[in-house]
Amino acid sequence: MPSLIDVFLWGALPYMCVALLVTGLVWRYRYDRFGWTTRSSELYEKRVLRLASPMFHFGLLAVLAGHILGLFVPMSWTQAVGLSEAAYSWMAMTFGLVAGVLTLGGIALLVWRRRTTGPVFLATTVNDKIMYLFLLAPLCLGFVTTFMNASTLHYNYRTSVSPWARSLFVFQPDIELMARTPLEYRVHAVAGLLLFAVVPFTRLVHAYAAPVHYLFRPYIVYRARDPRFVGTAGPHRGWQRGDI
Amino acid sequence: MRVMAQIAMVMNLDKCIGCHTCSVTCKQLWTSRPGVEYVWFNNVETRPGQGYPRRYEDQERWRGGWKLTRRGRLVPKAGGRARRLASIFANPLLPNIRDYYEPWTYDYESVAQAPPGDDFPVAPPRSLISGERMDNITWSGNWDDNLGGMPQHESDDPILARIQEKIRLEFEQAFMFYLPRICEHCLNPSCVASCPSGALYKRVEDGIVLVDQDRCRGWRMCVTGCPYKKVYFNHRTGKAEKCTFCFPRIEIGLPTVCSETCVGRLRNIGVLLYDADRVPKAAATPREQDLYPAQLGVFLDPHDPRVAAEAERAGIPHDWLIAARRSPVYDLIVTYGVALPLHPEFRTLPMVWYVPPLSPVVEAITASGHDGEDHDNLFAAIDVLRIPVSYLAELFTAGDEEPVRRSLRRLAAMRTHRRRLNLGDPVDPSIAESVGFTVDQLEDMYRLLALAKPEDRYVIPTAVAGDVRALEEAPLGCSLDYEGGPGMGGGAGSGPFGEASGRPAPIAVETFHGLRERSTADSASRASLRHGQVNLLNWDARSDPEGLFPPREGTKAEAEGAREEQRRGVDGSDRLAAGPGEIQLRPPDERRPQ
Ligand code: SF4
Ligand code: SF4
Repeated sequence: MPSLIDVFLWGALPYMCVALLVTGLVWRYRYDRFGWTTRSSELYEKRVLRLASPMFHFGLLAVLAGHILGLFVPMSWTQAVGLSEAAYSWMAMTFGLVAGVLTLGGIALLVWRRRTTGPVFLATTVNDKIMYLFLLAPLCLGFVTTFMNASTLHYNYRTSVSPWARSLFVFQPDIELMARTPLEYRVHAVAGLLLFAVVPFTRLVHAYAAPVHYLFRPYIVYRARDPRFVGTAGPHRGWQRGDI
Repeated sequence: MRVMAQIAMVMNLDKCIGCHTCSVTCKQLWTSRPGVEYVWFNNVETRPGQGYPRRYEDQERWRGGWKLTRRGRLVPKAGGRARRLASIFANPLLPNIRDYYEPWTYDYESVAQAPPGDDFPVAPPRSLISGERMDNITWSGNWDDNLGGMPQHESDDPILARIQEKIRLEFEQAFMFYLPRICEHCLNPSCVASCPSGALYKRVEDGIVLVDQDRCRGWRMCVTGCPYKKVYFNHRTGKAEKCTFCFPRIEIGLPTVCSETCVGRLRNIGVLLYDADRVPKAAATPREQDLYPAQLGVFLDPHDPRVAAEAERAGIPHDWLIAARRSPVYDLIVTYGVALPLHPEFRTLPMVWYVPPLSPVVEAITASGHDGEDHDNLFAAIDVLRIPVSYLAELFTAGDEEPVRRSLRRLAAMRTHRRRLNLGDPVDPSIAESVGFTVDQLEDMYRLLALAKPEDRYVIPTAVAGDVRALEEAPLGCSLDYEGGPGMGGGAGSGPFGEASGRPAPIAVETFHGLRERSTADSASRASLRHGQVNLLNWDARSDPEGLFPPREGTKAEAEGAREEQRRGVDGSDRLAAGPGEIQLRPPDERRPQ
């Protein structure tokens, strides 16, 4: 019988976080489209940024891809294509370590830059600082987990964490499975979930504006002036009659 | 044929005195906010000089504009879509703040609070970027004004570096002229093409290029994309901002603030009709020197009935067609052929054109003991101008000297012709003919360039004639009806996600508060907008707001009288009779002998 805290952490928290993520995004889109930006500081300093920012961003994308593979591709599938468990975990480990080093190195450089470059530090808000905590926690914990896994335990998360993660999607979370995983996995998972929850309320929200459609649109954008906005008058509400 | 209308500008460089009034009023109106301290939507640079930002014309370095691929396809010079996206995390082609300049303020506190003593207290400069004291101010938007720093900085002018001729920059023989610049509102804007979010767009109705602040996500690609470096990054809000062609003013028929306040009265604004189908081909003209004629080929003759019919089919309002027929811009660019585009080789098809400067030549000839106003002398002298034709050609025609020479000869012919009239000599038609004009055409050009009444210089049709009620910001759609409004302070303070997050206040709301404050203020010092500001957005150059001009000498009553006189115009006619947005139809023969 799982304890109450386990039920909360592995049965309720994931949904709460996703709910917060979705409602947060919707709310931010409606309330604060203007604030939805990268708030880039490249104008102030670009020598360090030029190295650190791509390191961090590409690293993070790789980490994300690794998580998707690890959590959502069942073990039976990889075995079906003839990938042995040992080979898989060796691959995942190498890939994960490289991505982790890139990401952590990048973010360390970025934080150092933020702290030491006057203008960048001046442009740092409290929100940014909190965001860094939420971002760094799962990154570091994930790194530790990978590292411990590589050196000692050889714990196969694909028989515990991954099925639990997949069970969330069918709304039958396998709480038992997750509750029995080693501590570092559990802490990392909670930190990761919390990160999802805070994304809409920080500058990380710019990830959800990734401009993929740029690849498919014509170069020049024409737009007609919104007839409701001629001059600077606001639009008519639906119940107001526009014509007399 | 796909007819589109474009609001365009022509500046007559002969008349620019480099007073920077345009820059200052523009800054007052648009960029006097934190985050854009370093931004000048309108700047005036001295040529030769580095420009602002420094050496922006050097596209080998900044890679703005378009390039032709070997197969003749047009792609942004900084790379196509995939290349842009790949460099989204760090853009090596983005200028640093120091390429513009580090904006600063002065520590006035230290003057006000200085204890009594023997030394004069000073206000040390403080950086608006890092907040720290600056030992030295080493650069600004027009640090090399009036050739400051020449000839040491000679090699920093990308154009001087390119032309063969030896330029004299010694004090006695130096040449210079002023080049006021705004966004070009290009027909083929590379800023728009570089924006991954699709936040930049060209307005269908009037061709003004704008940034949708709600869609900009701060990817900074447009700054790189614009070869004129006229998109700026607001470092506080993290959004791109650019010259808006004062669209709220244009929509109600007022000229841009830079034009309205231009001391030299050298700016002309009008409508040009062009064929949008021909734009891609014109921009892809293989030889750079052919881009100027190619762009001319894109413009349509509004007097042509076929064009009129097509324009109507394309939904262009009738008063826009009329405005296009009266357009001073069309006359200067097409009819007289004296205006030239700035750097057509960037392939963006810019729409702010320039009449090249002629002035120094007359003085130069006169000083050498010849008759400086005689047309033969003038024509001959154009080739030995102190402002070398090759320099102007590098600016305006990608190095082809012929169009520049033709333009300068026409200006010279106009001068000589008028001089004869002023001296009471008979008209000599051969002067006009020598530059391919009739005497009447020369007279017309003179009227437009020299007399330059506001209603001739600015022919601006209002936005959507049929929707005119909306322009009144009327009770129907209350302008305070927006989310978070009214007066919820959106845009004014700092939201939860950093500078100015949340909904920005519509322009109308700011004006509303400003006007209310003005009408309810009890002391004179508060009688204008916040902190003695004057909202130039609504100023029509006819009223005389408190604090905009220094008080006149003499009694207040006298000042009132003088003001009234000024308002009525020198010739006693009441200028108020002609509203700014009205298009007055004049008999066609008044300007256009046919
Ligand atoms: S000049 Fe203006 S319209 Fe042209 S590319 Fe630059 S910002 Fe865009
Ligand atoms: S206000 Fe007119 S004359 Fe003065 S610098 Fe600007 S463009 Fe030149």
